[in-house]
Amino acid sequence: MTGTADGSGAPRRRIHLAAHFPGVNSTTVWTDPDSGSQIDFSSFEHLARTAERGLFDFFFLAEGLRLREHKGRIHDLDVVGRPESITVLNALAAVTDRLGLAATVNATFNEPFELARRLSSLDHLSGGRAAWNVVTSSDAFTGENFRRGGYLDRADRYTRAAEFVATARELWDSWTPGGVRRPFAHSGRHFTIDGEFTLPRSPQGHPVVIQAGDSGEGREFAASAADVVFTRHGTLEAGQAFSADVKGRLAAYGRAPGDLKIMPGVTVVLGDTAADAQERAAAIRQQQVSPQNAILAAEQVWGRDLSAYDPDGPLPDVDPVVDSDLVQGRVRIGDPLAVVAKWRAVAEAKGLSLRQTVVETTARQSFVGTPEAVAAEMDAFVQADAADGFILVPHLTPGGLDDFVDRVVPLLQERGAFRTAYEGRTLRSHLGLPDPIWKS
Amino acid sequence: MPSAPRAPGAPHLGVALDSAGRYDADTYVRLARLAERGGLDFVTLGDSFSRPGPDALAVLARVAPATTRIGLVPTVTTTHTEPFHVQAAVATLDWVSRGRAGWQVDVSTTAAEARLFGRRPAAPAEEVWREAGEVADVAGRLWDSWDDDAEIRDESTGRFVDRDRLHHVDFEGATFRVRGPSIVPRPPQGRPVVVVDATGEHARAVAARHADVALVRADGPDGAGAVRAELRDRAADAGRDPDTLRVLAAVTVDLGNGERTHVPDLDPVHPVIAYERRGSAVVPRAGGSGAPYGGGLHYAGGPVGLADLIADWHGSGRVDGFHLTPLTPARDLERLVNGTVTLLRHRGLARTFYPGSTLREHLGLARPAGRYAGARVAGGAR
Repeated sequence: MTGTADGSGAPRRRIHLAAHFPGVNSTTVWTDPDSGSQIDFSSFEHLARTAERGLFDFFFLAEGLRLREHKGRIHDLDVVGRPESITVLNALAAVTDRLGLAATVNATFNEPFELARRLSSLDHLSGGRAAWNVVTSSDAFTGENFRRGGYLDRADRYTRAAEFVATARELWDSWTPGGVRRPFAHSGRHFTIDGEFTLPRSPQGHPVVIQAGDSGEGREFAASAADVVFTRHGTLEAGQAFSADVKGRLAAYGRAPGDLKIMPGVTVVLGDTAADAQERAAAIRQQQVSPQNAILAAEQVWGRDLSAYDPDGPLPDVDPVVDSDLVQGRVRIGDPLAVVAKWRAVAEAKGLSLRQTVVETTARQSFVGTPEAVAAEMDAFVQADAADGFILVPHLTPGGLDDFVDRVVPLLQERGAFRTAYEGRTLRSHLGLPDPIWKS
Repeated sequence: MPSAPRAPGAPHLGVALDSAGRYDADTYVRLARLAERGGLDFVTLGDSFSRPGPDALAVLARVAPATTRIGLVPTVTTTHTEPFHVQAAVATLDWVSRGRAGWQVDVSTTAAEARLFGRRPAAPAEEVWREAGEVADVAGRLWDSWDDDAEIRDESTGRFVDRDRLHHVDFEGATFRVRGPSIVPRPPQGRPVVVVDATGEHARAVAARHADVALVRADGPDGAGAVRAELRDRAADAGRDPDTLRVLAAVTVDLGNGERTHVPDLDPVHPVIAYERRGSAVVPRAGGSGAPYGGGLHYAGGPVGLADLIADWHGSGRVDGFHLTPLTPARDLERLVNGTVTLLRHRGLARTFYPGSTLREHLGLARPAGRYAGARVAGGAR
């Protein structure tokens, strides 16, 4: 069944959906009675099977290379630790049949030959379902776990990532279409390597490449090299602006707008009524921001020890420290002075405590409502070119998407906005991406 | 040389699944299930950056949910890889297999392999094996860097973990350093099983110190027994209980010709002794190929002769078991399981079911306590 957006007969844009395994951020609620293991394979299997039952495009795993630290000690208030992504996805390939399998893997602390081989192996072993979310890092803190340490200048992160992806594609293309091994040679600023790759071209040709940065460089890199962009633009207007900007960059690389899918990370809270959904959303926010987490969130902004403050009292009356090294292993707060000013304004206007202010200002719940309302809103997002789909980030492991799949997916299907069966076997086919040209 | 204690119980059996030219999951799943039906301790899959083949650890992760009991031992090399990634991947294999992971440590010595990475020149075996020993060492430390009970989910204090039960390892090797702790919580077996082919002298030093299972290539039970005794002595010298080391004889097997024997055309770098069955004994084949190379054993014959060989060698108390590498897995593994293993079962020399669920349990190796578990920060919150 093909629906239409406006009755004009133009085909309705189909939504793409992905499931993000809950990670090590405070958004993952581990205190709930329904919160299961973050490490047992059964949890990964549950969420992946749920996503496949819901005909999702892919399942997504984030990566960790060093446990976060706060005030010089390992951060202990959120989920800590996780398995290694590609290994989990290879195992999930055994218990799923069509679902795409996306691993976040750092381009800074890996080498092209080995990682291209691991991704090609996943693509072979899963029958064409592999994806790679390319991230970069330059911090010396993470580097302390690796041979080369924190060797990379921040400015070189994207040049390395771009050359890394290009090199991986050279390796993926290196065997002949007839399955004959051929030598490759790559010489560039970051990599000078040669030899023979150990695998024939994989079912997708090239595993799907996902990019998650939002800077100007990140957008340019996405336009030049990525198949999917993982964004965090929550509002319709911001999504439209981002989408227009990134898709506008594609033509310069000889690519069409459909060659790059924009998928913001979103949360969904469902209720039987709008009021019920709002009530649930507020309860989840309370769970996510424990008193201890409220102090921690404030310390991340202020860059100083605030343990003497009462989370149920007013905001700290001291100034923030710019360029603090209190927090390690997280994305830094860009402008602490501006954030503090905003928090003070919100707290004053609404008469909020520190914890309430954190709840209020850090809320990132995207879709809150009845299944009908959420389905309509998601559909509207996509029809209005604010996104090609969504990466759903549940707050509970492993059952956090059960309701969405049972209650929202059928409504999206009724609207003609979502597939009613997998049509192809590969992730590329789910995403409607063109087959990569075999360069030889 | 003090005589080593006689290897007790039934022989431990591992089998290699290496299948040239196979990149799909089905081939390996089918072979691993067959090996599991035979009640073998573990399967191995070799790996190298220098020849065609998929990533071995990936293949066995794919096999894990399709099997329930058999141990899964991929080769992961240490020369051009990151120690932190290697230990995380092996620990994760242990999680996805619910305690069935092993790791065969190997190195890259060629200039061709070095050029695939372009980061460091090729180095001699002595150097890369010394580094491999350090990688095995730091992997063990990182697997221990989370105490088993580190996750506390204490709602009253808002803490998911007790950070006094997480440990920086601050390892400094000759060529790398690692701060730790691992990103992966302590795996089900505590430490996955470390396997080292102890044929070369430099590898043997690593095996004595770090291996749970050492593979030896010998031309007969006496040669295997001598290497086993040496490994046990060296393990004791390194402060280990020698009974925590299993020594398995590595044998290539060709079951393609019934109980007849033949001498195959084999890699001249690894000369072999061909064995054949003569009456009730299995003896070196007269005029067989090659001279002993520390020596490698190639068995060409039928499943019955192989069962005899296993029973003879193991009965002499010189080895703890065997690592069998079929020449043609698709054919030989079936004959091995349906023929050789069936015969061994009749003699009480092979298990008919798995009493345990982890690879350590199959091998009779205790789950190790974490080395840092007693060393919590004084006054740390509990």
